[in-house]
Amino acid sequence: MPAPQGVMDLGILREEQGVRALVEEVRALLRAIGREVQLMEVCGTHTMTAYRSGLGLLLRKMGMRLISGPGCPVCVTPDGIIAAAARLVQERPGVILASFGDMLRVPASDCAIMKLVPADGSSVRVIYSPEEVVELAKANPQKEVVFLAAGFETTVPGIGWVVKTCVQEKIPNVSLLPAMKLVPPPLKAILDAGELHLDGFIYPGHVSVIIGSEAYRFVAEQYRVPGAVAGFEPADLLFGILSVLRQIRDGRAEVEIAYRRAVKPEGNPLAKRLIAEVFTIGDAEWRGFGTIPLSGLFPPGELCALSRFGIKAESGWESAGCRCGEVVRGIAEPEDCPLFGTGCTPERPLGPCMVSYEGSCLIHFKYGREVPL
Amino acid sequence: MKRVDLSVGSGGKAMRDFIEGVVLKHLGNHALDGLQDSAILSTPGKIAFTTDSFVIHPLFFPGGDIGKLCIAGTVNDLVVCGARPRYISLAFILEEGFAMDDLDRVLESIKDTAGAAGVKVVTGDTKVVRKGEADGLYINTAGIGEVVRREEGRVIREGDAVIVTGSPGDHGVAVMVARNEFSFEGNVHSDCAPLLNLLPLWEMEGTKWMRDITRGGLATVVCEFAEEMGVTAVLEEGQVPFSPPVRAVAEILGIEPLYLPSEGKAVIVASADGADKVLDYLRGAGGCPEASVIGAVQRKRAAVPVILKTVSGGHRILESLTGELLPRIC
Repeated sequence: MPAPQGVMDLGILREEQGVRALVEEVRALLRAIGREVQLMEVCGTHTMTAYRSGLGLLLRKMGMRLISGPGCPVCVTPDGIIAAAARLVQERPGVILASFGDMLRVPASDCAIMKLVPADGSSVRVIYSPEEVVELAKANPQKEVVFLAAGFETTVPGIGWVVKTCVQEKIPNVSLLPAMKLVPPPLKAILDAGELHLDGFIYPGHVSVIIGSEAYRFVAEQYRVPGAVAGFEPADLLFGILSVLRQIRDGRAEVEIAYRRAVKPEGNPLAKRLIAEVFTIGDAEWRGFGTIPLSGLFPPGELCALSRFGIKAESGWESAGCRCGEVVRGIAEPEDCPLFGTGCTPERPLGPCMVSYEGSCLIHFKYGREVPL
Repeated sequence: MKRVDLSVGSGGKAMRDFIEGVVLKHLGNHALDGLQDSAILSTPGKIAFTTDSFVIHPLFFPGGDIGKLCIAGTVNDLVVCGARPRYISLAFILEEGFAMDDLDRVLESIKDTAGAAGVKVVTGDTKVVRKGEADGLYINTAGIGEVVRREEGRVIREGDAVIVTGSPGDHGVAVMVARNEFSFEGNVHSDCAPLLNLLPLWEMEGTKWMRDITRGGLATVVCEFAEEMGVTAVLEEGQVPFSPPVRAVAEILGIEPLYLPSEGKAVIVASADGADKVLDYLRGAGGCPEASVIGAVQRKRAAVPVILKTVSGGHRILESLTGELLPRIC
C-alpha cells in the first residue's frame, strides 16, 4: 500500500485491513533482516501513536523495539526554568504567568506551579496558543505577563509572532522565560554519546513541517544511520517504520519522507525565516543531557524575563529516585524506574515524563501495560 | 419583566406572578397548577427515583440547551434502570439579571422535551442569587419512574454482546465548539435526547444491562459495567461508530474520543443469542441506525476491566477516565 500523498487520501489510514496489511509488511521485513531492530521515535506524539494503537507492544513481540527520544517539550525542560517561573509568580506582585497546561504540573524544587500560592495580584494562566499572551498583556496593561515559552520548532513560530508583535506594537509588559529547543542537536548528542545502539530514527512529523527533512541529513551522512519522517496516524507511523526497515535491509542510510502530504525537504521557509529573524540560537540546558551546544532559541535581551527581573534559572533539583533524565535520553525505559506506577502515577507525578501527555512514562502507564489475553 | 430580579425568588407575590405568568404558561398541568408544597402522585408498583443537577456552559449549544438537557438527563437515568419516566421535579437557581427571554426559551424546551418523553413536571422551586454569585442558570431535576423491567434472565455471562446505540462523543464536541475555546467551527450537534426509544428493550429477553453514556464517555461506562459485574469486556476499536467531527476534534486536541461525553447514547449488554434481535430493534423501530456490536464479555482478568483491540491489531488496557482531559502543548 503506498503512503497517501494528499489530505484527501486520509480515509485509507483508518481502514482496518490497510493498517493490518502494513503490520504484515513490517513482519516480513523484520524476518528478512533476521535480527532484532531498535528504532528511536524522536517525538512524544509518535510514542503516543505507537502505544495508543497497541503497535508498541505488537512490534516488540515481532522483534522491534521503539525507544522514545527527547521529543516531549515538557520532559526536556530543565527544572531550573520551571523553578524560576514558580519563584516569579510566588514572590512578585502583579505578575501573570502564562503557560501551556502540562508545564504547570511538573514538580520543581518548591512544588508544581499549579499548587503554589501566587503573590498578591499575581496569577497563573493556562494558555492554548501563544497569541493569547498578547491578548493577556493588552487586557492587563498594569501587569507583567511572563510567558513560560517552551516548545520545539513546531511551537516556536507562534512564539516568534508574539515577540515580533510585542516589538512592533511596543507592548511593554510581555517577557519570555526561554525554554525553546531545537530537535536536531540532541540527536547528535545521543549519537555522539554512543550509549544506545540505534538502527534508525523515526523523525517527528510536525517539527519537520517547519524545518524540513534536510535538517537530519547529517544523521544519514555522518553517522550512517537511516531515518524517515512520519505522520501521526498508526498507518503513518507504519509507513515511516517500513521506510527505515527497507533502508536497513538494503544497507542504505538516508532521510526519507513517509509523510509527504505535509513535509517537504526544505520545510517551511516563511516559518524558518521568522524564527531566524526573531530568535538567537545558543547553548541550552536539557533535562537529562545537561547543556547541548547551539540547541536553544533565545528572545532579544529586553524580552527575556530572566534579565528583566534579574533572576537566574538554576537546575539541579529532582524528585528522589526519579529517572526522567535517563528516560528522555532513551537509556532507560519507564518500567526501569522504581517509582513507575507505584510512587509516581498520572495523579501524583514525580517527574515530567509522568505529567505530559507526550511523556513516555504517562504513555507507558496508560497504554503500555502488558495485556493478559 | 425583562430580567430576573431578586423578588422572583422572594417567596412573595412577585414569585407567584413569575410562576403563574412564566412557568405555568409552559408547564401547566393538573398536579402543578395547584402550586401546593408537594405533588400527590400515585403509581401502580415499584418506582425508580433519581436526581441530577445541570450547570452546563454555555446554556444554549447546537442540538440543545440546558432545558432539554435537564429533562433528558433525568429521563435517561430512569430508562436505563428499566423504569418508565412519569414525574419530574424542576428547581431553578437563577442569577439576578438573567434575561427573561432566555428563561422563556429554556422553559419552552423543557416543555417540548418533557412532552416527547411522556413525563409531567409536577413540582418545582425557584431561587435567585445576587449577580456574580452564580453563572446565569443552574437547574436540578429529580424523576420518578415506574419500574417495568423484569429481573429474570439478566445474569451476565461470557459471550454476551456489548452494544452502543450510536456515535459517542457528539455532545462533548458540540459543547466545545459552542464554547469557542479552541476556535473550532463546525456543523456538529449534541446528541442530547430523551432515550424513551430504549424502553421496549426491557421487554426483550436478550437485554441484560443498560447505561447512558455521560461525562466519562463510552470507555468509562464499559469499565463501570465490567467492574460491577466482575468480568472483562473486550472492545473492538474499529467497530465503534464515531462521527467524523468527533474523530477530527479528538485528533486535533489529542483527546481520546472514547472518553468524550454523550447525552443521548447508551451502552447495552445483550445475551449472545439475543443480540441480533436487540440490534434489529435498535436499527429499525428504535431509531438508532448506527447501533453496533462493539465487543463481548469475557472471563475476568485480574484488575483489567476492559481490553481494547485496536485497529492495527494490537491490544491495550482501557480504564475509566482519570483526572481531566488536558490539551497537548505541541
